[in-house]
Amino acid sequence: MLMENKAENKAVFDAESAKEVVKELRDSFVTGKTKSYRWRVTQLKAMLKMLDENEPQIVAALRDDLSKPEFESSLYEIQMLKNSCRLALKEMNHWMMPEKAKTSLTTFPSSAEIVSEPLGVVFVISAWNYPFLVSLDPVVGAISAGNAIVLKPSEMAPASSSLLAKLVADYLDSSCIKVVEGAVPETSALLEQKWDKILYTGNGRVARIVMAAAAKHLTPVVMELGGKSPVIVDSDINLKVATRRIIAGKWGCNNGQACVSPDYIITTKDYATKLVDSFKCELERFYGNDPLESKDLSRIVNSNHFDRLSKLMDEEKVSSKIVHGGQRNEKNLQIAPTILLDVPVNSLIMKEEIFGPLLPIITVDKVEQSFDLIHSSGGKPLAAYLFTNNKKLKRKFVETVSAGGLVVNDTAVHLAIHSLPFGGVGESGMGSYHGKFSFDAFSHKKAVLYRGFAGDALLRYPPYTPGKLTLLQALLSGSIVGIIRALLGWFWA
Amino acid sequence: MEKDLGKEIMQMRECYRKGNTKHVTWRRAQLKGLLSFLAEKEVEIFRALNLDLGKNYVEAFRDEVGLLKKSLNLALKDLKTWMASKEAKLPSIALLSYAELVPEPLGLILVISSWNFPMGLSLEPLIGAIAAGNAVVIKPSELAPASSSLLANALPNYLDTQAIKVIEGGPAVGQQLLHHKWDKILFTGSPKVGRIIMSEAAKNLTPVTLELGGKCPAILDSLSWSWDKEVVAINRIIGAKYGSCAGQACISIDYLLVEKPFSSTVVELMKALIKKMYGDNPRESHSISRIINKHHFLRLKDLLTDQKVKDCIVYGGSMDEDSLFIEPTILVDPPLESAMMTEEIFGPLLPIITGAIPFSCLEKSGLSSGQLDKIEDSIDFINSRPKPLALYAFTKNEVLKERLVSETSSGSVVFNDAIIQFAADTLPFGGIGESGIGKYHGKFSFDTFTHYKAVARRSLLTDLWYRFPPWNNYKLELLENTYNYDYFGLLLVILGLKRSRKTFHVN
Repeated sequence: MLMENKAENKAVFDAESAKEVVKELRDSFVTGKTKSYRWRVTQLKAMLKMLDENEPQIVAALRDDLSKPEFESSLYEIQMLKNSCRLALKEMNHWMMPEKAKTSLTTFPSSAEIVSEPLGVVFVISAWNYPFLVSLDPVVGAISAGNAIVLKPSEMAPASSSLLAKLVADYLDSSCIKVVEGAVPETSALLEQKWDKILYTGNGRVARIVMAAAAKHLTPVVMELGGKSPVIVDSDINLKVATRRIIAGKWGCNNGQACVSPDYIITTKDYATKLVDSFKCELERFYGNDPLESKDLSRIVNSNHFDRLSKLMDEEKVSSKIVHGGQRNEKNLQIAPTILLDVPVNSLIMKEEIFGPLLPIITVDKVEQSFDLIHSSGGKPLAAYLFTNNKKLKRKFVETVSAGGLVVNDTAVHLAIHSLPFGGVGESGMGSYHGKFSFDAFSHKKAVLYRGFAGDALLRYPPYTPGKLTLLQALLSGSIVGIIRALLGWFWA
Repeated sequence: MEKDLGKEIMQMRECYRKGNTKHVTWRRAQLKGLLSFLAEKEVEIFRALNLDLGKNYVEAFRDEVGLLKKSLNLALKDLKTWMASKEAKLPSIALLSYAELVPEPLGLILVISSWNFPMGLSLEPLIGAIAAGNAVVIKPSELAPASSSLLANALPNYLDTQAIKVIEGGPAVGQQLLHHKWDKILFTGSPKVGRIIMSEAAKNLTPVTLELGGKCPAILDSLSWSWDKEVVAINRIIGAKYGSCAGQACISIDYLLVEKPFSSTVVELMKALIKKMYGDNPRESHSISRIINKHHFLRLKDLLTDQKVKDCIVYGGSMDEDSLFIEPTILVDPPLESAMMTEEIFGPLLPIITGAIPFSCLEKSGLSSGQLDKIEDSIDFINSRPKPLALYAFTKNEVLKERLVSETSSGSVVFNDAIIQFAADTLPFGGIGESGIGKYHGKFSFDTFTHYKAVARRSLLTDLWYRFPPWNNYKLELLENTYNYDYFGLLLVILGLKRSRKTFHVN
């Protein structure tokens, strides 16, 4: 809507247009409209309705952009979003309630609470791999916290982007929630503006640019990035279940183009062959003899990414390591599930985040060595996975591996658990959202302290004397005996 | 220097990697070490604060040493609870699972502190960082040199020097430190430097906590109060302005909003009570801190040079450049466009705004008349300015209280008192917008320096067979029901009693 209006008199969306958008939203926010519980409920219900009534259109847009299987679209984007809306609708009044805080003797008598208030006008920059989920899930949080919102979907999923723009304009309050479509120039124009929070989903390079722009206005940021999420596979496990769960998290999630997808596997030398055989068997069962014919796999998003992935596969010391798959169709941007065994750790594929259907397996002598391997890779990934029945190994994994989230004996499922915060640490991001954490990400927790006029101690005020010091010491230490002693001493002094 | 710094930081990271700092025994030992430092070096601390700021030792105890001891005792008492993992509720898709939040340290922390509470603002963040199990570098402010060198020289005797270091220096050292990679930076200071720090942090994707300031307003509602309550209110205002490092505190009252008819009473009462606290000659009272240095002295002097501002002085105004002393000063209605009312004052000058507001500002603030006729107008006045770190209101009016909480935005709101929110461990301390990012104190300090790792565990026994491709509508229906926690629907579909609603197909 917005873009169409602009197109008539302005060719490009520049800083001036961005300023106008933000001003309009700020004017709406100042009226206090978005703060009301009713507004928040209305918007969330409207979003539910939007998702209900437009499922076929959403599925079709995702098919256009990514050939995403209907199943994945319906489940990982639409259903997850609906769940977020429902949870927010159910819990929001609890979330909005001021939290009582205990007060101490030092500030007695008083009462205190922590009040959640909306931040103001927030900016959500989303990604192309789950164009609906990573666009609207933050919006659900921002709405439930009572903010005005600008959403900039990724231009790399154009069908989804334009459908989002249309649907949001049709269903949601357009004076407070807007979609601005565009690429780098539009995003830069928007980033020049003052926001009260920015949530960005994408890669570390752009995240640095976003954060530097945010610094100019002292805007807090949430960064949802990625990283090389490892899977450690021990040998004492139910191999079939483990294999299937890895497949579900890797190729079953947008053909590996998901930030929580397993990036590589670490297993023991002895177990690697067994694991590869199991993968071959299960992959064939799921995707047939010719995976390029399967309707259950997404394609690669565009030719840039296709070329990037091809380069990873074609590197000289890597191409010979392919033990399964490797088929690709450049015209249709398809790459089959591909497994590589024992790639060198200094190869490109082990240096950058793969974000595609390639799965290298690294072997170690003992499974415990996996932890060192993950540490030596330096960065903290968004997720790390371990398959084992060994209790000691589980404990060591949880203690020593640092990542946004850890899952034992499964992959990617933590994403669907609303009671867990979703977010990275270090290179994989900062801040978190999902469920109540989304509400918190878009709220300011204001400290409110109520005092009466009784109980004022003169010792707080000058002139300062040694007696006052003694009493203060006792008060701050909270010792009743000390207080009495000091009081007596003070009166005698 | 640059090279040595790099080496030192690398060694600290190595030390962190070994995992020592994660142990509860290490954390306890460091917290206890800090307690001993405060106990054994109390006199030296008082002396340093007196040298740097002319701070009276009672004030030094109240605002720095005493509060730190309280925070340390809290951390020692609650450490086990803070460090424990928290179980998270699970939906049905993750059958037979267990999920929890595991707190883990972030790694290497940089604390850049400020000169006005050189002990408190260096060590309060340190308590949180240690409790959370991190390695920490503190850079105290070079503008409080006695305190800075006391920290650098005495603190190492009490703490693990491999993992906790004090690095002294000015902006150049600060700049060098910022070139290195940190896992979190906590900075206390001005918004200007805050911006620089955040853009440097962006290069390494380092999260930041910025404790900044701003002009914190105090609203004094007239009402027909009894005289003794007025005295209490004004005592608290004086204490929060002149009695907290001579107004050189980020949560100090910056200016006072009073209804016009009430203002002369307020001024008279303030005069009397200031005299009572500081005597006829406040300069000799030793109960009021001096200005930190010549630069800030001149800055404050400059605020008063404008004749239009000078004319507004109704009390005080004397200053002595040699001893860096400024008398508690009250001004009534200085022009709103003067630096006095656009910049954070950070000194013992207290403007009282009652009205006579110029027309140009009226439009901006949305006030309907030239005066602060009703105390409620102060809401618009506050909202027309950047969000402050704290908002104070002295009032008995419950409606006004409610409106202030819901219609204004600030780091904290305190009714009928000031400054004491800093001592409340159960309240987060931090700003919003121009007054800062992030929060600390008490458990919030621990959280600030902690990554809450999401951990989900499953057994390999069961699996929902419908989680895997090849996909069909039957599986879709099952999963939808699982996501919706609709066990009954799930049962019906499995038993074949419910028809799939899906009718569209992938071509």
